Amino acid sequence: MTVELLETMTEAERSAASGAFAPTGPSPEPGNPAVHAAELRGLAKKFGERQVWDGLDLDIRAGEALAIIGANGTGKSTLLRALVRLTEVDAGSISLLGQPVRDLDRRGLRQLRSRVGFVFQRHNLVGRLSALTNVVHGVQSRASGPRTWLQSLARAEVRGEALGCLEAVGLADRALQQAQSLSGGQSQRVAVARMLMQRPELIIADEPDASLDPVAGAEVMRLLFRIGRERGATLVFVSHHMEHAVRFSDRIVGLRDGRVDLDTASTRVDVETLRAFFGPESAASTGEKA
Amino acid sequence: MSSTLITPPRFERPNPIAFAIALAVGAFVVSSFLNSGLGLDQLARGVPALGRILGQMLPPSLEGIDRILWSLFGTFQMAVAGVVLGLVLSLPLAVLAANRLSPHPFVRSSVRTLIAFFRTVPDLVWALIFVIAVGLGPPAGVLTIMIDTIGFAGRFFAEAMEETDDGSREALSAIGATRTGLIFSSVFPAAMPSFIATSLFCLEKATRSSVVLGLVGAGGIGVELKVAFDLFDYQIASTIILVIFALVVIVEQAGAYLRNRLI
Repeated sequence: MTVELLETMTEAERSAASGAFAPTGPSPEPGNPAVHAAELRGLAKKFGERQVWDGLDLDIRAGEALAIIGANGTGKSTLLRALVRLTEVDAGSISLLGQPVRDLDRRGLRQLRSRVGFVFQRHNLVGRLSALTNVVHGVQSRASGPRTWLQSLARAEVRGEALGCLEAVGLADRALQQAQSLSGGQSQRVAVARMLMQRPELIIADEPDASLDPVAGAEVMRLLFRIGRERGATLVFVSHHMEHAVRFSDRIVGLRDGRVDLDTASTRVDVETLRAFFGPESAASTGEKA
Repeated sequence: MSSTLITPPRFERPNPIAFAIALAVGAFVVSSFLNSGLGLDQLARGVPALGRILGQMLPPSLEGIDRILWSLFGTFQMAVAGVVLGLVLSLPLAVLAANRLSPHPFVRSSVRTLIAFFRTVPDLVWALIFVIAVGLGPPAGVLTIMIDTIGFAGRFFAEAMEETDDGSREALSAIGATRTGLIFSSVFPAAMPSFIATSLFCLEKATRSSVVLGLVGAGGIGVELKVAFDLFDYQIASTIILVIFALVVIVEQAGAYLRNRLI
């Protein structure tokens, strides 16, 4: 079933989207958000005595779907969190959507974050509230006040848009259901709908398929890839599922030994090789440094 | 085979410090009884006297029952007003006192200290202070209950908010939501069951304490009870005690029902 879904994805959506990604071309202008959604230079991060990365460089091109892979402990999630400063890095610079992330004040950071959709490994919904209210919360990226707190208080156009976002993830019929009563896959789709409500320019997804069964995980990844394409948003995601990394991305970056060890178009690699070098069970996760 | 087993000691040999502390605690307990002056002779005199008073209380008198019931109603209203005021003020104080929500550690510890102060000073002492400040009557009772509620709810609201899941808060923070947005969209809804339970306990507690506040002039049915005892009108006093008991039971049962329904 999963394979069928992935194959459908490959044929229909990847081919339709093939023109959107230009793996090579003129040398990109540094600091130009029209070319680069993010530029990371010389990043260093330590957890206690453990150096996660030291001098990590990475460019994320605008409009691409980028998969970040690597064994456990290589700092993939930390990297995503550092992009919007949910985690501070020790050294280096991060430019995101043309903004110097590490230099922003609180207000500037909030404004930058409002342009970035973040889907977490856990859906992070407010369980007691309805799916629709959780989606309405997404409007807090561009509005504030009591009318953004509950769907029952929200403006008609916001409710309409939120319902549209739920429709886009196939859950419009569950709008008033408490989030805690939804399945894991449905909850993650509501989280995606909340992210859509932001109208993000960049979508960051930290193992959105990790806590889901294979079918639901593939559905969520397919949804994110499709949304990124349809809305022209850059998609950056971390996944331990190498099939997802290959099939739902244009480009794959592999982290190993604190640096970018692989940077290639996803059409040029095969799943088994990736799994051997960058899967959770690879040498790096067992402490054996290559 | 059993001959190789070593029989374990029944008790561990206490270390000298633990033994000295246990001895000191024991001595303190004994001296507490001695200094409180409670002896067998007091009990021998007191128990029959208690029986005599209880005998004089029966049967309860229905004389002036309408006045008593109105007074009881007023007492309950005093409790409700005090609790509502206290809960409304507790919420912002609890936010300031909660880890990760308070704007600064100094603010957090200051507000926590204030809430602890409200909680540790007994309500009768607050009642005496407010009777002096605003005069005899229900307003002093309302303010007393308000302070007592802040002391109780402020702490439990803060703890409930600290125990909420970080995930939804982080998700909203990651999209650039304001601090107020985070609190009202994520923290309050997640902590709502605990808020409801604490609020209902506050109402039960306030209903009980509102009864005794009248004894120091802070309004409510306690005044009626004190007058009845002062005039040796034990049958009316027993009526008052019974209606108070009924009110407390009703509030507790209603609270338990609402907790089950809402949480």
